[in-house]
Parts: sequence; C-alpha cells; structure tokens
Amino acid sequence: MLADRKPSPFSRFSGGWVAVRRTLLMTASLGFLGLFVGLPLVFIFAKAFSAGLQAYLEAIHNPLALSAIGLTLLAAGIAVPLNLVFGVCAAWAIAKFDFFGKGVLTTLIDLPFSVSPVIAGMVYVLVLGMRSPIGGWMDAHGVKVIFAAPGIVLATLFVTAPFVARELIPLMQEQGEEEEEAAILLGAGAWDTLRRVTLPNVRWGILYGCILSLARAVGEFGAVSVVSGHIRGRTNTLTLHVENLYNEYQFGAAFAVASLLTLLAVLTLAVKSYVEWRSEAAP
Amino acid sequence: MSIEAREISKTFGAFRALRGVSVKVASGELVALLGPSGCGKTTLLRIISGLETPDPGSGPIRFQEEDVAHKSARERRVGFVFQHYALFRHMTVFENIAFGLRVRPHSSRPSEDGLRRRVMELLHLIQMEAMGSRYPSQLSGGQRQRVALARALAVEPKVLLLDEPFGALDAKVRQELRRWLRRLHDEIGLTSLFVTHDQEEALEVADRVVILNAGQVEQTGTPDEVFHHPATEFVMRFLGHVNLFHGRREGEGIVLGKPEDAGARIFVRPHELEVSSLETPEARLKATVRRLWSAGGQVKAELIGGGGDVFYVEMSHERFSELCLTEGQEVFVYPRKYRIFPPTAGQGD
Repeated sequence: MLADRKPSPFSRFSGGWVAVRRTLLMTASLGFLGLFVGLPLVFIFAKAFSAGLQAYLEAIHNPLALSAIGLTLLAAGIAVPLNLVFGVCAAWAIAKFDFFGKGVLTTLIDLPFSVSPVIAGMVYVLVLGMRSPIGGWMDAHGVKVIFAAPGIVLATLFVTAPFVARELIPLMQEQGEEEEEAAILLGAGAWDTLRRVTLPNVRWGILYGCILSLARAVGEFGAVSVVSGHIRGRTNTLTLHVENLYNEYQFGAAFAVASLLTLLAVLTLAVKSYVEWRSEAAP
Repeated sequence: MSIEAREISKTFGAFRALRGVSVKVASGELVALLGPSGCGKTTLLRIISGLETPDPGSGPIRFQEEDVAHKSARERRVGFVFQHYALFRHMTVFENIAFGLRVRPHSSRPSEDGLRRRVMELLHLIQMEAMGSRYPSQLSGGQRQRVALARALAVEPKVLLLDEPFGALDAKVRQELRRWLRRLHDEIGLTSLFVTHDQEEALEVADRVVILNAGQVEQTGTPDEVFHHPATEFVMRFLGHVNLFHGRREGEGIVLGKPEDAGARIFVRPHELEVSSLETPEARLKATVRRLWSAGGQVKAELIGGGGDVFYVEMSHERFSELCLTEGQEVFVYPRKYRIFPPTAGQGD
C-alpha cells in the first residue's frame, strides 16, 4: 500500500507567508526534539567516551558489567519467546473464538500496561518472597526466585506480557475468519491453517510486537529493581548496573554502560521502522 | 453427485434463521437459493458446507446417498466460493489455487509436477494463465472471483457452493461473469448451489430456483415456473415489480375497485396491464398518466388511480404510439392477466 501523497491543503496558498509559517513550525518541532532528545543522546556518548576509549572498554569489560549484560540478555531471551507464544495464543483465542471469560482475559492482558512496574515487583516479592508461604516452601526446597535470576525473568515477563497480543488482536479481528474458513473447506487441518494462513497474515505484526517487547525487556527498571535485591555480579541487570555506578559517582563508567543500552534502543528503533515500512508494503 | 438437505432449522439466540427448510439439488444441476437479505439463504449454504451446525432435530444432509451431517467441513469436500472471495492475501494466484493440493495428506498429495499441471489447467480454465504470479491485491474483482472459483475446483470437490458469488462486483462484470459461470457449469457439470438476492441473476443462471423468505421455502421450481406461476404473494412481489389492486370476483372475471371494497387482492405485472383511452365494458378503472418514460425497448408509465394508488404499466413502443398517450391524460386500465392468492396468515400488505 503506497501512501497517497496528497497535496497539503495549505499548498494552494502560495506566497512568502506560508513558507515562513512552515519554517517556524519545523524549527519549533525540530528544536524541541533536538533539545530534549537529541542533545541528551549526544551527551551520553560524549560522557561515555570522555575518559577515552580505553576507559570505555574497561567499563564494559568489567566482570560486573559483563554479568549484568548476561543477565539482561537472559531475561530478554526468555521473556520475548515466551511472550511470542503467549501473545499468539491469546490473540488467536480472543480474535477468532467466542468463549466465557473473554472480556476478563482481554482486560488482564492490558493490566501490565496500567499497573506501575514497581508495584508489580512488590507483588512478586510479597507472593514469592521468603516470608510468604509459597516463597518459604520454595526456599525450603532450594528454589530461589526473589533476589535471584528467576525473579528478574518473572518481572520482565510481567511488564512485557501485553506487547505481542496487543499488536495482534486488532489485526486478527480486522482480518476476520473467512480465510481460515476457506482453508478448512479446502481440506486444511488446524495446524496447516495456523501455519499457512493465520500466522503469515500477521507476520509483520508478530515481528513488531517482538521488537517492542525486546526493547521493554532490556530497558525495564522498576519491577526488576524491586525483585533483584541488587546483588552485584549476580542479580544486576544493565539498567540496575547503570544505577549502581551512578550512585557511586563513577559517571564515566555509568555512561559507558548506558551507551550500550542507548545503542540497543537506536538499533531497535531502526528495525522497527524497517518492519513498519515492510508491513505497509506487504501484499 | 446430488445434494439433499431435509428439515434444516437454525436458531441464533432468539432469531430463527431457518425453520425446517428442505432443499434438493439433482446431480449436475445448478440451483439458485434466492431470497431477500436475512432470509437465511447464506446460513443454509454454510450448514450444507459444514461451516455451521444445524439445530438438533434437523434432518439429514445427504451428498448422493451418504449422510454428511456429522462430518466436519474439512471432510465434506465441498467447493465453496465466498462473496468477498476470501483469497489468501499473502499468496500468489498460483499458490492460492495450489493450496488445497498442498495441504492434502502425504499419500494423496500430487507431485510438484502434477500440482503445477493441475494449477495451470485451472488457470487456463479461468482464462488467467499469465497471472499466476500476481497477488490478490493486484487483481480486479472479477479476476479475484475467478481465482476463488479455480481454488475451489482444484480439490475436485463433490459439489460446488457459491455464496453471493457476484454480489461484490459492478453490474457489467456481474453479467459477464454469471454467463461465464453458466457456460462453465455446462462444461464441467458439477452439482452447484448458489445463493443470491438478485432475482434476475437467479432466473438467468439457474436450472431451478428455491425461493426463501424468513427462514422458510416459499416456492421451488424452474425459472419459468416461479416467474409465471408464483405460488405465493411473496414470490410474486419478489420476482419483479407488481401492481396491487383491490376488487372482487364476478363470475369468470374480476371487477377492480377501491380498497374499501375489500374482497380479493389482485396482482398484476406492469406488462400485463392494458391501457385504453376510452372506457369499455372491461376497462372501467379510471387513472391519470402522471409520468411517461422510455426505458430502452419499452415505454413505462406511472399512473395514479382515483384513490391515490400508483400503478406502473409497461408497453411496447408500437402500442405507445397507437395510444398517443400524454402526461396528464385520463385513461382506463384493465389487466390482461392477473393473480389472486389465497390469504395467508401473517402476510401483511
């Protein structure tokens, strides 16, 4: 689908005044963005490299930093695929079937968007912490969730849960069921119908949802901060590591690690734009 | 292979979409299910295909001798064509047509060569050989519908069901495509049932017409039978324009009168209404010509009777010049042919 390039309704007013107004508008919006988004971005990299490339590499090669990177990748690596599976199942159920409790499910999917991540983290601590019956029982059997990696994965799962499903539900609803019905009448089973018809039709939506949930998983701070316990080298993610360094006045190192997160964000944004562009061009 | 559905009922919540409908399509026949929107015709088609289940207590659905009521849509092997085509939008025309062959179980799946041959045959049949690599979004409505038909035929279905196959097309393409469909049916002889709300389409294409209204069959018959011998008031009104007169029987004939006369409701088609400029023993109902217009091969007139009722008359150009009609002129009308239906319960004006 190519975007119609309609002439702007203002373009019929010719003359200098329109040009001036256009310039003003563009300057204002670009200036705002530059000041509040562009400039900080530049600052992050400037500060990260302020002590030289050597110090930058050292800050990243630091074992604590490496362990934080590892944990962040682990959490994202588990959360994103699980969300993919959950999101596709939930969207499929909600968009294509009628069942009791559908409204509740739809609301529940949105819950992580409306609840503050800090509260989500605290609920996990309350339910799975050592003082709770469940947490106590698990601790007695040698399973640590809170103040350990599993808790961080759980918190990440919680905050990223809606992304894939939210992306797919409207898409699948809009597409209706006729293509699936056609597939079944042509002799396709449930698996063939899902694999050859339903999923290919929403493939760009799936990818887009995954990108969004990856960005959120890597950048999550609040929920993870509560369940992590800040045990260095063990339960620190990248965002928490940045906070630690910053609180210890190691600004150079803090910004060096922060620049990694920034790079990832910029990269995600680029992939996201590409996917958006592709999905619009797709037949 | 014949299709028979007996005593099919379907209820959606409080809405009774079908009330014990029976339909029979003989082997090789092309039958139209005709009715206004909401009459249950699409529901009946979907029940025959297996996409909907009928209410418990409904009769059997038979393909030839076999009762398929308990088989799933997947197992019934019907070819189904949707009103809005339902083509797989992410697949090329070729892949759309090949789909039914690709999802077959290993044992009956054709080789890649065999599949290619079959799809090319079908592309030839729908006169789209050169368009196999296009996507549905790159086709016109008529082309999409032909692809949908080829896709349905690819799996060699036992019967073909079409849901408003031409409903989404513009008038000219509709007409071309329905003539093409009729020729195609004569060529391949597949037992077919198609749903339409367009009486002209049904009468032109079908061998037999089943007219549905409010979830019940009103009449079944050849296009000639239903048009010339409508069984009910509904069929009479649905199959073309009709004038309603009130009057009474008198011996062999009728006398047209005013609504107050009550008595019989007399239906007359516009081309069966005769106009005379002089009062005769037959033509005693007075009317005024309000509007005259020429619609192609015929002249149509809008008349207004003494009671304010409006009638429509159709006549040949020759008859029109004989009569020398002008707008505002006073004339007398009488029916050459008319129908009176026995009053049925619940059928209002």
